[in-house]
Amino acid sequence: MAERTRKQKIAKERTSTEDTVEAKVSSKGEKLKADLDDLLDEIDEVLETNAEDFVKSYVQKGGQ
Amino acid sequence: MSIAKVLGIETEYGIIATGVDSSPVTSSSLLINSYVSRFDATIGWDFDAERPGSDARGFSLDDVFPQDIEMSMVNTVLTNGARYYVDHAHPEVSTPECRTASEAVLFDRAGEEIVRQSMDAAKRVLPAGAELVAYKNNSDGKGNSYGCHENYLVSRSTPFGELAALITTHFVTRQVFCGAGKVGSEFEGMPSASVAFQLSQRADFFEEEIGLETTLKRPIVNTRDEPHCDPMKYRRLHVIVGDANMSEIATFLKLGTTAILLAMIEDEQLDNSLVLATPVAAIRHISHDPTLRQKVLLESGKTFTALELQDALCERAERYAEKFGLESVGEEDGKLILRRWREVIEGLKEDPMSMRHVIDWVAKKRIVDGMSERHNLRATDPRLKAIDLQYHDMRADKCLAMRANLETMTNKEDVLAATTTPPDTTRAYFRGMCLKKWPTDVVAANWDSIVFDIGREPLRRVPMMEPLRGTRQLTESLIAQSSSPSELVASLGDQVSSSSFKPTN
Repeated sequence: MAERTRKQKIAKERTSTEDTVEAKVSSKGEKLKADLDDLLDEIDEVLETNAEDFVKSYVQKGGQ
Repeated sequence: MSIAKVLGIETEYGIIATGVDSSPVTSSSLLINSYVSRFDATIGWDFDAERPGSDARGFSLDDVFPQDIEMSMVNTVLTNGARYYVDHAHPEVSTPECRTASEAVLFDRAGEEIVRQSMDAAKRVLPAGAELVAYKNNSDGKGNSYGCHENYLVSRSTPFGELAALITTHFVTRQVFCGAGKVGSEFEGMPSASVAFQLSQRADFFEEEIGLETTLKRPIVNTRDEPHCDPMKYRRLHVIVGDANMSEIATFLKLGTTAILLAMIEDEQLDNSLVLATPVAAIRHISHDPTLRQKVLLESGKTFTALELQDALCERAERYAEKFGLESVGEEDGKLILRRWREVIEGLKEDPMSMRHVIDWVAKKRIVDGMSERHNLRATDPRLKAIDLQYHDMRADKCLAMRANLETMTNKEDVLAATTTPPDTTRAYFRGMCLKKWPTDVVAANWDSIVFDIGREPLRRVPMMEPLRGTRQLTESLIAQSSSPSELVASLGDQVSSSSFKPTN
C-alpha cells in the first residue's frame, strides 16, 4: 500500500515536472515568437519603401 | 616568447548620395571634410572650411570640387589617434593602435559615431532633402567589395610562411561567429539566387591563399610588409579577410581570437594538424552553408566542419592559456575572449539561433527569414536584399542592426569620449594628446611619427617606432610640463630629427 502510494506520488511528481517543463518551453517559444513579431513590425516600419530601387541604386566602387 | 598584440581595425564604409548628384570620391571627401572642418586641427594640410557643399546647391558636387584636389586633401589624423580619409572611393576610419581587443571595440564604435556625426554635418551643408549615407558593410551585392581590415603586431622573428600557414585555418573558419551575413552570392559565375543566404560578406571575393593584392585576386593571407614601427623587431599582420561587424561581441571575438592564435604561433604552440587542403574553396563553401554542416578537407586527409575546427582551435587556446598565460593579449581581456569564444561555439552547436544577440549573420538571417515568412517572399525578392544592406545603415533611424537587440560591451559616454580622446595604452596617446594640445603646431602626423613646427626652421620630426612607447603612463607628464612644442622637442633631445615634410598647400 505504502509502496503504491509512493509510486503514485512519484508518477504525479514526474507529470507535474513534465508539465512545468512543457509550459516553460511553450511560454519560451511564445516569447520568442512575440519578440520576433515586435522586431518585424519595427522592420516593416523602417525598411526602405521602394526596396527594388534602393537595391538597384546601391552601387559601390570596389575597394580593398 | 609572444609579444604584446597591439591591434587596430580599418573600415572602408559604403557610401551613397541621395538627392544630389555626386561621385563616390566627392561624397567621401565631403563627408570627411564636413566632420573635420568643425575642429581647429587641420593636420598635414590647410583646409578651407567654407568650401564644401555651400556652393553645391543645384549643381553636381563634382563640378564644384575637382577630384584630384579632393583626393590629395582628405587624409586627416584625429585627436583620438585615428586616421580618417578617402580610400578607393570610400570613406575609411582606421582606429588608433589599441592594446586589447575590448579597447579596439570601443574605438571601432567611436569610428561609427564619427561617421554618423559626419553624415549629420554633411546634411547641414547639402541642399534640402539631400544627404550622404554610409554603410558599414563590405559589398554592394553586385560584385564590388570593400574591406574591413585588422592589424596585429607580430614578432619579426616568427617566420612569415609558418605564420601564414598556421593562421589560415582560423581565417577560413572564424566566419561562423564573425561573418556579417549576406543575401545571395557574388562568386563569379555563380547565379546570385543559387545561395539564398550566406555567413560572410567577403568570402565570395577570395581567390588566392597568400599574396600582396587587396583589390583584385584577394588573398586569404595578405603579405603587405609595412610595419609602421621598428622593422627589425616587428611585423604588422594586415588581415583583409574579415567582415565589418555591427555586433560588438563579434568584433571583440574576431580580434581577440585572432590575437591569441597569433601569440600561440609566436610561442610555437599551434601545430600544423589543422592545416586545410584547399582554403580558397573552403572559405566559400563554409560561407554558403548557414546550416554549418559543410565539411572541409584538411591536408591530413580528414574532413571537419568549420565549427569543429573552431572547437579544436579554441581547445588548443584554452590549453595554451593554462600553460603560458595570456599577457600578450592582456590577461583580463584574454580570459573574456576564451570564455566568449567557448560560448559561441557551444551555442552554435546547440542551435545557431541561440546566438542571435551576438552573431551578425544569425541576427540578420532571423530578420530575413522572419520577413520572408511574414510576407511570403521569394528568395529573390528585393526586400530581402534591402534588409541585408539596411542592416548596416549608419543612420540610427534606419539601421536594422540597432533594432536586432545585439548585446553590447561599450556605453555611449565612453564611445563619445573615444571620438576625441586617444587610448592610454599605446603611442596613439602621444599622437592624440599632442594634436589636442597643439593643433596648429603639428604640421603632419603619421602612425610612426609626428612633425612639429617649433616656430623656426627646420620642422622637427618625433619618431614613434615603438607602439608601446608614448603611452599615457610614459608621456602624460612630459606633455603637461611642456608649454610649447619647442619645449617638448627640447626635452626629447636626441630622439628628434629635422624633417623635410612640406605641407601640400
